Amino acid sequence: MKSYIVQLAATRLLPVTLILSLLVFYRGHNEPGGGFIGGLMAAAGFIFYAMAYDTAKAEKKLRVSPLMLIVAGLSFAFISTLPSLFAGNPFFTGEWISLNIPLLGKLKLGSPLLFDLGVYLAVWGVIITIIFNVMEE
Amino acid sequence: MILPALPILIPLLTIILLLFSFQRREWQPWIGLTGALLQLALALFLAIQVKTQGILVLHTGNWEAPFGITLVVDAFSSIMLVLAGIIAVSVSIYSMDAIDRQRQSFFFYPMVQGLLMGVNGAFVTGDIFNLYVWFEVMLTASFVLITLGGEKKQLNGAIKYVSINLVSSLFFLAGIGLLYGKTGTLNMADLALKLSLADNNVLMNTSAVLFFVAFSIKAAVFPFFFWLPASYHTPPVAITALFAGLLTKVGIYSMIRFYTLFFVQDKLFWHPLFLWIGGFTMVIGVLTAASQYDIRKILSFHIISQIGYIIMGLGIFTVAGIAGAIFFMAHNIIAKTNTFLVAGLINRITGSYDLKKIGGLYKIRPWLSILFIIPAFGLAGIPPLSGFFGKLILISAGFDAGEYVISFIALAVGLFTLFSMVKIWNEAFWKPRPEGLSPFEGENEKLPVSMVIPVVFLGLITLTMGFAVKPILEIAMNAAGQLLDPKIYIQAVLGL
Repeated sequence: MKSYIVQLAATRLLPVTLILSLLVFYRGHNEPGGGFIGGLMAAAGFIFYAMAYDTAKAEKKLRVSPLMLIVAGLSFAFISTLPSLFAGNPFFTGEWISLNIPLLGKLKLGSPLLFDLGVYLAVWGVIITIIFNVMEE
Repeated sequence: MILPALPILIPLLTIILLLFSFQRREWQPWIGLTGALLQLALALFLAIQVKTQGILVLHTGNWEAPFGITLVVDAFSSIMLVLAGIIAVSVSIYSMDAIDRQRQSFFFYPMVQGLLMGVNGAFVTGDIFNLYVWFEVMLTASFVLITLGGEKKQLNGAIKYVSINLVSSLFFLAGIGLLYGKTGTLNMADLALKLSLADNNVLMNTSAVLFFVAFSIKAAVFPFFFWLPASYHTPPVAITALFAGLLTKVGIYSMIRFYTLFFVQDKLFWHPLFLWIGGFTMVIGVLTAASQYDIRKILSFHIISQIGYIIMGLGIFTVAGIAGAIFFMAHNIIAKTNTFLVAGLINRITGSYDLKKIGGLYKIRPWLSILFIIPAFGLAGIPPLSGFFGKLILISAGFDAGEYVISFIALAVGLFTLFSMVKIWNEAFWKPRPEGLSPFEGENEKLPVSMVIPVVFLGLITLTMGFAVKPILEIAMNAAGQLLDPKIYIQAVLGL
């Protein structure tokens, strides 16, 4: 499937899917969405790209190896458990901070968001690893 | 308070470090070993903490039980954690030279740590659904380990292993679903409380049976044992040793936990069943082992046979019986792993596991035969090694409880175990080398130190357990006392 139209579409759609996946990821705390779905969407963009070109080009576009995405995901998930320790709460307690950002208003950031970021990255990496391996077979 | 979560976090952190240094193959064994040593140290520390402070409880995420996931370390869990730590350290050292470079650079060490994370998680969790998740973590890692290398016979064994374990997970999940539907809780302590207050506990037997089938498959109990000898001899022996020491024991651990904590209402049905099943497991395992000629297969069938002793302790259901089961499990984890490691050494020298193709090892390696005798005769139950006392405690508990049949079966099975171990000893070490056999491929090579250290280490533990029975039995008695009085557990978790 080496069609110019598909290749152009994949190239243009890749940033869109990535931005969309981040939006889905961010709204996930209180509304449908979250790290898992976001990670799937991000992976979908690259899978489409790999279908239009090939996996080697898609991996080049990704710049980091999928394994590093998984490692980064695990690391973020691990780091997200640390704030509860410094706050003296039981392990894994969600800790929140509120930031007052001019113009944007109040931004609530917490360790669950960090954990979800870990899920996002890990799912992204795992799905890409699996699909790329299958495509190369 | 983070202590009960650390047995899970240390392997996780080790995995992250291992994956970060994925390109540097020569670092991998050392990172893995450091993680394993930390786990052992932590487990010992936890055991002391439990002894001095009582049951350690952690409500993760500040969600009080029964709503959140509770991590609980009681005396029984801490014993299991220590054993897992010992096996982790031994296998990490052993695998440095026993696992080839190809496998080492293809995620062998991260997967071992993943397996340990699952095993430790299963030992500390106080929530039945979380237990299921840890089982899955452990199984996924074991699926990779058993197929790692992709040899044909490995895949052949792995298909049986994977499919039967998926079925068992299904049973487990169905049991959880039913129990949750009836009681509305997943927390073990809360379940124990609710089931002790409910009056129609017959309804609970549906899920109790589902759990029993699920754990029986994992633990390779009669009549669900057939997958184990079909798959355990296929991967490299370091992986088999890890599996033999830990995987089936997690199934047994869960069984003991469930049937002492909350499925205790229908004693008249369950305890005779346990005794029957234990008897059959012992006899069938030991008889089938006698007909084998591959060392790893003999040892695999013996895993099954010895699981029967632990089930027997559960069926006797007195403090002495459960303590005997715990003591026997500790002995078995150490000695069984050790026999597999020695089998790996034999293979290193002779290039074979087939008893017909080896012989005369006593002449060329007298020390190795001593290293084999300790765990093998320990398993057979020769005094003063640990297996003798394990069986003694169990059998005398059986006589005290008036369970004569099972106690005699246990005695007889001990004899047959001795037969199998003597068979390996005779064939591999004692008999003259078979006629017309060229010198063994590794005959003049020195055995790698890293493969001998864990064998000596585990052998010393077997000896120590034999010579220091009393303090170790006291620890087991303490754990058994805690298990048979669920109120202690419930009070620690729910704070009632």
